Amino acid sequence: MLVIDCPYCGPRNSTEFRHAGEAGKSRDVANSTPAEWRRYLYEFNNPLGWVREHWFHSSGCRRYISSERHTGNNEVRWVVPFGTPAPSTTSDKETGA
Amino acid sequence: MSASGNWRIAPQPGEVIDRSQKVNFTWNGSPASGYAGDTIVSALMASGVRVMSRSFKYHRPRGVITATFFDPNCSFQVGQEPNVRGAHRMVRNGDDVNAQNAWPSLNFDIRAANQVVGRFLGPGFYYKTFIKPQKLWPAYQKVLSTFAPGGAPPAIGTPQEIFDKRFVHPDVLVAGGGPAGMAAAIEAARTGAKVILVEEEYELGGHLRYGGTESLATLAALRAEVASFDNIEVLTDSVVSGRYDDNWVGVVQRSGIWAKERMIKARVGTLVVAAGLIERPYVFEGNDLPGVMLATAALRLIGLHAVKPGTSAVVFTANSTGDEAIERLRAAGVSIARVLDARKGENVTRALGRGQVSGVEAGDGSKTSADLLITATGWTAPTSLLNMAGDRPVWNAAGARFTPSELFHSSVMAAGGIVGDGTTAELIAHGRAVGIEAASRARGEAAKPVAALIPDAHPALFQSTTVGFLDLSEDVKNKDIVSAAKEGYDSSELAKRFTTSAMGPSQGKLEMVNTMAVLAEATGRDFQSTGTTVWRPPYAPISLGALAGRVFEPDRVSPMQLWHEAHGAKDMVAAQWIRPEHYGNPQAEALNVRSNVGIIDLTPLGKLDLHGPDIVKLLNLAYTNTWDNLAVGSVRYGVMCAEDGVVMDDGVTGRLGDDHYLMTTTSSGAGNVWDWLEMWLQTVHREWQVTITPVTTALVSINVAGPNSRELLSRITDIDLDPAVFGYMKVRQGTVAGVADCIVWRIGFTGELSYEIHVPASYGLHVWETLLEVGKDLGVAPFGIEAQRILRLEKGHFIVGQDTDGLTQAYEAGLGGLVKLAKEDFSGKPELVWQEALAGNYSHLVAVETVDPLLVPAEASQIVENGNEIVGRITSSRMSPTLKRSVCLAHVPASLSTPGSRLTIVLENGDRAAAIVREDLAFVDPEGVRLRG
Ligand SMILES: [Zn+2]
Repeated sequence: MLVIDCPYCGPRNSTEFRHAGEAGKSRDVANSTPAEWRRYLYEFNNPLGWVREHWFHSSGCRRYISSERHTGNNEVRWVVPFGTPAPSTTSDKETGA
Repeated sequence: MSASGNWRIAPQPGEVIDRSQKVNFTWNGSPASGYAGDTIVSALMASGVRVMSRSFKYHRPRGVITATFFDPNCSFQVGQEPNVRGAHRMVRNGDDVNAQNAWPSLNFDIRAANQVVGRFLGPGFYYKTFIKPQKLWPAYQKVLSTFAPGGAPPAIGTPQEIFDKRFVHPDVLVAGGGPAGMAAAIEAARTGAKVILVEEEYELGGHLRYGGTESLATLAALRAEVASFDNIEVLTDSVVSGRYDDNWVGVVQRSGIWAKERMIKARVGTLVVAAGLIERPYVFEGNDLPGVMLATAALRLIGLHAVKPGTSAVVFTANSTGDEAIERLRAAGVSIARVLDARKGENVTRALGRGQVSGVEAGDGSKTSADLLITATGWTAPTSLLNMAGDRPVWNAAGARFTPSELFHSSVMAAGGIVGDGTTAELIAHGRAVGIEAASRARGEAAKPVAALIPDAHPALFQSTTVGFLDLSEDVKNKDIVSAAKEGYDSSELAKRFTTSAMGPSQGKLEMVNTMAVLAEATGRDFQSTGTTVWRPPYAPISLGALAGRVFEPDRVSPMQLWHEAHGAKDMVAAQWIRPEHYGNPQAEALNVRSNVGIIDLTPLGKLDLHGPDIVKLLNLAYTNTWDNLAVGSVRYGVMCAEDGVVMDDGVTGRLGDDHYLMTTTSSGAGNVWDWLEMWLQTVHREWQVTITPVTTALVSINVAGPNSRELLSRITDIDLDPAVFGYMKVRQGTVAGVADCIVWRIGFTGELSYEIHVPASYGLHVWETLLEVGKDLGVAPFGIEAQRILRLEKGHFIVGQDTDGLTQAYEAGLGGLVKLAKEDFSGKPELVWQEALAGNYSHLVAVETVDPLLVPAEASQIVENGNEIVGRITSSRMSPTLKRSVCLAHVPASLSTPGSRLTIVLENGDRAAAIVREDLAFVDPEGVRLRG
């Protein structure tokens, strides 16, 4: 089980969190075609590599947070409050965001 | 062969039996005995029992191979408990031990006839036979349950056993309590680290326990040193079952004080794997005969349990452990009939005998009489925990075994025999060095390498020139792997699944490397490119009970639950809540609401207190309808859809002040809705100012429903209930039964005039009892969830999750009137725009009347067309006490949704029943006169 270092609470088991999806999705209610909307709803990049994603600390501070995790070995290299700029450890190219 | 003779020898220096304590048990119904400290198998061996079970596929007699936990053919039925590992479990007084999969008796097994036809049960029998056709699965299951090697499950009514969980956070956890593991624990503890030392057997010591006097002296010193540290917790009869992300380590503690089995979940600083080595069997004709066993098995039986495993032995040895076994067997009174030394090129080709070894044929064709064949042909490093940490073991050709690649995560280290060979002193020195480094890494210091031990040169021995069993638990032979490879199943993963080799109770510990060796030879590849399959958790079997452990999820109850129970409530569990389903007669409870007044405890209703200037924006986004013009003092009903347009939750929200609202949700949806609203506020509209406080358990909710509800409530409140000022869908705050700050709103889920009162929870019981006290003359009585379900169904009100499912979008649920597509944005809007454009061409929620008014079709009954084509289903059904006829809601296709459409319902017994679609969803008071009164 992963440890996620919540910026508000400190390191906690991932069972305290609810995974809240990959970062970088845009919600366009006004202009989406059905295909685009369903891609927004259901499709994820899910690459083997570094992924930016969101978590909700549901059994802790109840804040949304953002992280970057490697899907191959589950290493989490940073966690920040939602809406904070990502640390400059990675290029956007690398994250695919 | 039945039990005979006494095979116990003179006291041994390291024996673990207590000869002053005799243990009496039964073996297949006959009396047997042993000493305290005996395993079931050692007690049986001491009594001369040699056949421990019949094999899985061919029903061949099988005996002791390893004398360890994972001995493949030593699982027994003990009383009600199946699959007891007999070479590990201590025998107890009164144990009723039975061989498994043996019928009608172990020594004359009628299904041994399968040996004759066994050649027709080729490899891939399971894989190819059972893959299809699917409709034959029930038949397969019957066959498998007769043949499977398992015992009988416990009889119904057997007292439930207790399982438990524990959470720990050690700096260092050492898996394996042999010399290297003990040394690692000692040195880590010396630095102040908190250490847990896990040993699968009942005592620390590993192979030192059954070594000579020198080993025993070293062991005594190590044990004393371990005991001198308060910061080492020793867990014996426990096994590390897996290593997961961030060193989350599972430990199964088999003999806890409190529980039969306990799952310990450890978040570990550094995991030290000191699992030692597992002795590898050799494959040759007759290698499964009772009497063929590993050198370590003989050493264990003699050293730990003072049991002589036979009278005359041939020893096939390739290493010092085999040489040691020769000496120890001789000392135990076993004559050594012949030694075959693999290092001199000698070999074993056959074990001879029927049901028991009677002789051995050597590679030169010569035969020797013996009742025991001991093999010492090499070692397997049990690297599975290292695999789970990312390691890919490499084949060490000189040592003829896989060794760790050292590429695993730095929070995991390997110590001792699993790494390489050495004298006892060298193994201990390696353990000490690893222990110091493990503690250092746990403190967060940079990882430094520890010099590895190197495997000694060892002949590469896997299979002889004859055909024998590779996997003794799954009855797979070396020739089976060869034919699998010929059929194209030539990768290790495919061959394993095709033949089921290494998939039995030993989980590959014994047979994996031999399987790979045979496959490598059959495919003409070398070992490294054949590769072991990846070891996945768990490393050792875990009972499902231990995985489940104790359930820590608490049940919730309202403050009135004790009152309910004292007044005849029959409880039900719904959405973590225990609540009254009814108080004896739900039909009468419902009728009383229609004719007098009833009160129901609705405390589980989800309640969220909202504060802030932007609540209207949030409500407009979360609900499908419009909230711009809700006045203070009014409430509104709303439906929430997820972004896929599917109905997610519903409820009433009331405006208590300018910037203050109380939202109610379904009981089961309370947590989800709260999380979901936070999602909108924290990730999409971060500029909105709304604070959400869950108040579900802070408020007791009581619904007072029925024509007498106004009169009843008026007797105990200062709120003006005059319908001219407090109308339908209005909310007021005031004093109820002397309790200030109660919230009262008028809604009508039951279809009756009703008031929902939200009271500070600690006064809930007082208000509840007061209502019943002052309303006696009005006929007030409590009603439960079942009566409420009847009442709402009579009124045609749907329930989210009952009359909708995970695919029901708003229009399908008949909620079109509540969907305001003109709003700029709300959750699920695009999907609902597209659904609306279908102009009714989707399934519909309709009210249905059965033609036979007394027929109540079961909920989820199918609605069919053209014979057997399923086109819809009954979602809710009840007998209506008000109308004295059955009332139903159903999902039907558009073509059957118009009033008057005739439906065919399939009943539980297969009969068909006719029903008619109604004009209105409500069966009772469609105009809403009663609830608006
Ligand atoms: Zn937190």
